[in-house]
Amino acid sequence: MTIVYDIAVVGGGIMGCAAALEMAAGGMRPIVLEQSDIGQGASGVNAGTLSLQIKRVKLMPYALKGHHAWARMGAAVGFKKTGGFTLAFTEREAELLTERQTLKAKAGAPIEFVSTKRLRNVEPNLAQKVVAASYCAEDGYANSSLTGQYFRGRLCDEAIEYQERCQILAIDRGASYQLTTSRGVIYAKRLLLAAGAWIKTAAALLDVHLPVDARINTVSVTERMPALISSVIGHATGLLTMKQKANGTVLVGGGWQGRGRPQEGRGQVMASSVMPNIALAQFAMPGLSKARILRSWTGFEANVPDFYPLAGALPGFDDAFVLGCVRGGYTIGPYIGQLMGDFILGREPELPLFDPGRDFDEDML
Amino acid sequence: MSQIFDIVVIGAGPAGANAALTAAWAGCRVAMVDEQRKPGGQVWRAKNPVVLEAPTTPESRSGDALRQEVACSTVLTFAQSRVWQIESAASGWEIYVLKEGKVVTLVAKALILATGAREYVQPVPGWTTPGVIGLAGATAMFKQDLALPGQRTVVSGTGPLVFFVASEIRRLGGEVAAVVTPNSKREWLRAFPAMVRRPDLLVRGALWVADLYLAGVPIYWRHAVAEIDGETDVSGVTIRRLTRDWAPDGEPEFLGADSLCLGNGLTPAAEAAQLAGLELRYRADLGGWCPEVDASGETEREGLFLCGDGAGIRGAAAAEIHGKLTGETASAYVRGVAPGENHLLQQAYQRAARFGMAMTALSVPRKGLQTLMCADTVVCRCESLTRSDIVAEINAGAQSTLSVKSGLRAGMGPCGGKFCQGTISQLIAQAKGGEVSDVPPPTARPPLRPIPVAALAGDFEYDDLPIPKPAPL
Ligand SMILES: Cc1cc2nc3c(=O)[nH]c(=O)nc-3n(C[C@H](O)[C@H](O)[C@H](O)COP(=O)(O)OP(=O)(O)OC[C@H]3O[C@@H](n4cnc5c(N)ncnc54)[C@H](O)[C@@H]3O)c2cc1C
Repeated sequence: MTIVYDIAVVGGGIMGCAAALEMAAGGMRPIVLEQSDIGQGASGVNAGTLSLQIKRVKLMPYALKGHHAWARMGAAVGFKKTGGFTLAFTEREAELLTERQTLKAKAGAPIEFVSTKRLRNVEPNLAQKVVAASYCAEDGYANSSLTGQYFRGRLCDEAIEYQERCQILAIDRGASYQLTTSRGVIYAKRLLLAAGAWIKTAAALLDVHLPVDARINTVSVTERMPALISSVIGHATGLLTMKQKANGTVLVGGGWQGRGRPQEGRGQVMASSVMPNIALAQFAMPGLSKARILRSWTGFEANVPDFYPLAGALPGFDDAFVLGCVRGGYTIGPYIGQLMGDFILGREPELPLFDPGRDFDEDML
Repeated sequence: MSQIFDIVVIGAGPAGANAALTAAWAGCRVAMVDEQRKPGGQVWRAKNPVVLEAPTTPESRSGDALRQEVACSTVLTFAQSRVWQIESAASGWEIYVLKEGKVVTLVAKALILATGAREYVQPVPGWTTPGVIGLAGATAMFKQDLALPGQRTVVSGTGPLVFFVASEIRRLGGEVAAVVTPNSKREWLRAFPAMVRRPDLLVRGALWVADLYLAGVPIYWRHAVAEIDGETDVSGVTIRRLTRDWAPDGEPEFLGADSLCLGNGLTPAAEAAQLAGLELRYRADLGGWCPEVDASGETEREGLFLCGDGAGIRGAAAAEIHGKLTGETASAYVRGVAPGENHLLQQAYQRAARFGMAMTALSVPRKGLQTLMCADTVVCRCESLTRSDIVAEINAGAQSTLSVKSGLRAGMGPCGGKFCQGTISQLIAQAKGGEVSDVPPPTARPPLRPIPVAALAGDFEYDDLPIPKPAPL
């Protein structure tokens, strides 16, 4: 007898896994289908910064809830609430910092401006050239490389089926959805496309066009170092994120661009991005100059023209849904996945979702 | 600031150096980059100045001749220089090199990769004890410094390298406690037909073995070192007889020694090829995962050529000829002409390759050998991960080298996974009941070698930062 799942979740990143867990808890029988390995897309390679200071004003309530979700997952995902500083090195950056963080504080994030003296007390190894800094005690990080291990474990614990190396080749609509995959045919009553930067390709299988773009973000890691910093560090322009993990390695990000397309492999690192990114990290923390970089990599971060998430029914469908394209989506992922699950279960989500059928040229919130 | 060439060659071993010379003689502007102090690669490694007076060997003579030719050519050699990134750009290939603590960029129309091989060492209990070194590592010691691994050494491993290492130890005045090899005499006999086409190489090998017999050095055929004894240094090894599949089944036997040379064949160093955009496929007969390359050095990517052991393990003799052929192909590409057919060279290459591949067939470890590992045997040295750590991760659902790397950091340390990924692939294949050919290595990423932050930062000026449009509020 063929199994007809209640829902097939396409994509085993943080969005797909979080939604599947919520739906299973609500009594549904989902299956998660992942083209490579669980948690090896953006969710497994990102910088892991959980910072309210880099979240959009209108997404602040979601981000705050996201932080709490990460805190609950705790050590199993390498979560640490360290507090975070955002640094400005010029007057212009200081203005930018003040303007932006003030708005975020008003939106509910516990962000304050701190004196450079206090910054130096907490982080003596940062460069003396800082002219202004903001601080958020809620900020911290999680270890994105543990995403796969953690969610695979959770799916197993909750007896949720998943298939890896299972690529969706075609989707047909009959009495139920029929998914032709690289590992056989799968039937499901509903569909959730949580395919990250590949959402556009996945939606195209149902002849729906979604205006999704992908950025190719770069992250680098050093060898183990003696203790240099304890907080997560950001830069007023967003060009730098930096944190030292429990094992002593320092992770450097900041959205510097590599190249490639989601359809063709995992993207390529460009030296012309890594070099200034690392230079900026060393500028902010001179003690880093003694470290060696062991690995740089890229991942695809999806977005739509208005830079808000896609979370709701696929335009023209009432039993197919989309979830993705959240910038800083690692932070918000576990929470928005839960909201999406609730919506599909027919419950009223705690906070509103983001209609994928909206007019992307207008700011709809 | 970048320097422009027709061809950049990465690796100055027999393959790379010959490719560079051939292309330079054809009139191309060639740069050759290598980590070592002098050209010669692993097999023709140059001696350190303090031991220059030492007697010559066939390797040192070939190496000296090559170094002489390079010195007299127009090839620009970047010695003690590490390539850490390769990109293809509209203008050609961009090669990022770490030289004297600074990043230098080379740009070229054609890129020849001749990155050679690295040794596979099958982990066994105690293999990380000081005093245990690789067979290939041992040959580097001999050639460069005329140094010995210890006073009394057990030499263990597959293929011809064990016999070479053992006879070199004796030549340099050391004592060989025993030679231990998983190969049987019959396997060697079966390789004979492929070897007779290169009588010169055959005779050399026969002389190594004859020397060991005459000196009364015990040779344990179809045996392996199953354990290394000693806490802070080697006090001896336990050997066992193997089955046809190379699984241990005989009674343990103890051999006293203060050092051990251990190796199980070579595998292509293919990370540079991966970075340059080539797919790898599994070829047991060529030593493992390697890119697709033909006898003329051509690959599926335009302007990208590959030669020597990095294209599959065929040995030094084949590498030298493959280098020449590739140098011809690449220079023809640069000049925009069709490459000429060099039948004699092609034939010589086929003969040498046949010999080399017979040696590879003897060297590639069989499945049983991995059962020498115990639960607490270290697999990933950088992160101190044991077999049981890795197996637990696999049993928890990690089905790829990528997943194991993410979950455990196996491959995220300074070695970049070069030493553990082969074993991890085997463990995954074993758990799945599949073959290693179904378990590819993880994505290759820069830097190809660890690179200091200060070098990457260079003379950074804060004001040069390209300030992006602020993220939407
Ligand atoms: C380098 C980088 C750094 C980042 N840094 C941060 C940060 O510091 N903080 C933060 O909050 N956010 C960060 N982000 C953003 C965050 O990582 C993403 O927003 C989030 O992980 C997206 O989750 P997802 O589940 O939607 O996508 P993904 O994790 O990409 O998951 C989608 C999955 O779908 C699978 N898939 C796609 N198509 C198919 C198909 N047809 N069939 C089957 N499976 C399919 C893919 O293989 C993939 O595993 C960063 C992103 C990147 C790339």
